[in-house]
Amino acid sequence: MDESKQRRGEPFGERLARHGLALTRERTTALQVNVGLACDLSCGHCHLEAGPARGEMMSRAVMAEVIGCARRFRFDSIDLTGGAPELVPDLPYLVRGLAPETRRLIVRTNLVSLEGERGEELLQLYRELKVVLVASLPAGNQAQTEAQRGAGVWQKSIRALQRLNELGYGLPGSPLELDLVSNPSGAFLPAPQLQAQEKFQRDLARKHGVSFHNLYTFANVPLGRFRRFLERSGNLDDYLEKLTAGFNPCAVAGLMCRSQLSVDWCGRLYDCDFHLAQGLFLGGAARFIADLDELPAPGTPIAAADHCYACTVGSGFT
Amino acid sequence: METYYDPRDLGSFAEIGKDAPELAGKFFDYYNEVFAEGELTEREKALIALAVAHTVQCPYCIDAYTRACLEKGSHLGEMTEALHVVTAIRGGASLVHGVQMRKIAEKLSL
Ligand code: SF4
Repeated sequence: MDESKQRRGEPFGERLARHGLALTRERTTALQVNVGLACDLSCGHCHLEAGPARGEMMSRAVMAEVIGCARRFRFDSIDLTGGAPELVPDLPYLVRGLAPETRRLIVRTNLVSLEGERGEELLQLYRELKVVLVASLPAGNQAQTEAQRGAGVWQKSIRALQRLNELGYGLPGSPLELDLVSNPSGAFLPAPQLQAQEKFQRDLARKHGVSFHNLYTFANVPLGRFRRFLERSGNLDDYLEKLTAGFNPCAVAGLMCRSQLSVDWCGRLYDCDFHLAQGLFLGGAARFIADLDELPAPGTPIAAADHCYACTVGSGFT
Repeated sequence: METYYDPRDLGSFAEIGKDAPELAGKFFDYYNEVFAEGELTEREKALIALAVAHTVQCPYCIDAYTRACLEKGSHLGEMTEALHVVTAIRGGASLVHGVQMRKIAEKLSL
């Protein structure tokens, strides 16, 4: 029997130990802010099960605490995610408050939420403040995109990308950075990032006249709605085995949780958005961003969980 | 129900080396080198393999290269077009032999 089969089901922490590795923090340089779970889509791979029925949203009071934290610690980058951040009423307040406090303010978008008058107002704000936009697009074709994100999403996404290009986002040499994120539309691993980027760039330019800067490919994390898809479709065991068999010890050094703090819409702190989805608090107990008077010291342990295997498969999360 | 084909057998492919390790070693080395990035990308090679798998009608290869194509970034439109390429060649290969049929029939006929 080969080693991967013998090790099936091995807890992530034990796998790390067997390779002489530990999941610990380095210097914390990034803050990820999850502004809430409301979303106009219900994507099949969403680890947070965000969607139209979710009411969790960050209030202005918590936003003020996040801005205060950003002022205290001057993170190199701050990354707003959700849900769909566009649906949070006070998002412009948060964006305006954070932009002067970091070199790199990133907002994640599902593209569809950039439609309409409100979307246009946000786009003007993003352009004014040179916000980096990271847009989800699972595939360079309609069928796979809509399989993951729902009917009608493809045309809307392409229209939003074309509008972003009109505003100067994603053009070669433009300081208005537009990156794409692709999660596979099913129980398979993502294509290697650079090859996938070349193909997306070629396909989107040729068929739709769209350009963007970088593509990030991420494995789907077996949590939330994606886990239920895996169970329903009979893919769970094979997928988990694929993640564990593809464990790459070299990916551990670059894991984002080592240099990032994650905060939810209530102001509670985590090591990452996946731990947030699982309710695994930073340091093991709920602590709030308003009370954070120092960043976790380098060497502080990070809770290892079995969903961490999704971050260490192949070249890993970046 | 027992069948000749079991999808789990694919994972045991390497066991074929047990009684002839040197030959298997040569085969697998060659195989791995063929599929490595060269003048063609790994994605293009996987698409060719998927198409050929359908002409040799190997369920193991169809399974393996469907997954490989998806994981190398091909989508179903591309994968389906690749199948049509081999289907056209396969059908064309039959049809072009019709020229022989016609020549023989002409020779035999009044
Ligand atoms: S899920 Fe990934 S990012 Fe989160 S703690 Fe585990 S390895 Fe780190």
